Amino acid sequence: MHSFGYRANALLTFAVTILALMCAMASLSDNLNTPSPTAQVQVLNINWFQKSTHGNDEVSMTMNISANLQSLFTWNTKQVFVFLAAEYETPKNSLNQVSLWDGIIPSKEHAKFWIHTTNKYRFTDQGSNLRGKEYNLTLHWHVMPKTGKMFADKIVMTGFHLPAEYR
Amino acid sequence: MGWIGETLDSIKSLQIRQVLTQAISLGMIVTSALIIWKGLMCVTGSESPVVVVLSGSMEPGFKRGDILFLHMSKDPIRAGEIVVFNVDGREIPIVHRVIKVHEHQDTGEVDVLTKGDNNFGDDRLSVCARSALVASASYHGESCRVLTLCWLGDNYHD
Repeated sequence: MHSFGYRANALLTFAVTILALMCAMASLSDNLNTPSPTAQVQVLNINWFQKSTHGNDEVSMTMNISANLQSLFTWNTKQVFVFLAAEYETPKNSLNQVSLWDGIIPSKEHAKFWIHTTNKYRFTDQGSNLRGKEYNLTLHWHVMPKTGKMFADKIVMTGFHLPAEYR
Repeated sequence: MGWIGETLDSIKSLQIRQVLTQAISLGMIVTSALIIWKGLMCVTGSESPVVVVLSGSMEPGFKRGDILFLHMSKDPIRAGEIVVFNVDGREIPIVHRVIKVHEHQDTGEVDVLTKGDNNFGDDRLSVCARSALVASASYHGESCRVLTLCWLGDNYHD
């Protein structure tokens, strides 16, 4: 009952249980944080707007994206994955979400940013429904913890329009 | 003939009860592990509720060797969620993030395009076949769900 094997086993089981409990508590502590992020996007220019060889509309645009996501960071945050998606509806699809740009914020210092960029990923439609289309630009963020539950939220910015004709 | 007698003696001297008790304890341990595993499969609704991250395509978020708890949920897949899926013919599941979503009006089916955070290109280059969603990633709980096939191959040729 007091052999080395029994003692090692008891110690190991206890250690693993305590570790699991600590991870759970760390994850729960994230709920205490009330984030207050802000974001703003301006579309500076539609660089080109064409129908590709496969019949799908494609847009290239330049934008300014600025955001302050510092309030999302807690001691239990490993990184925040942030991306900007264009969201719109077409007759065939009730929802289209196209990611235009994404980035990884590794720490609180980098969480307040302003960037000037063209879309990192192609803004293509399934079809050719984009002429004159009204769309929302939504900044989504996914907080990845060091341990525990990931959570995500977003800010929706409405009122963006694509040109009525190809250019 | 002497050794047969000795063998028989040694067998008789074994305490059958003790041996049987030990065999049953071992069986109980194995079946409890199996019950927990199958129970997890039921609760999460996923074929493989726990997976290990095998590639570095989601770094620095998920590193090789990280353990993920998966969970299928009823909500439709949305951009930004992390999903785990199998590609036709390959057993190793892929853990990537959804970057494009097209949800059909009539059927509610969702076409998605995925990309690993650490990869330069999206998955239409490397993942060329129809993929079936094994389960949705839930690094301790984030859920996304998919019950439909998700591949945009036809519409996204360049």
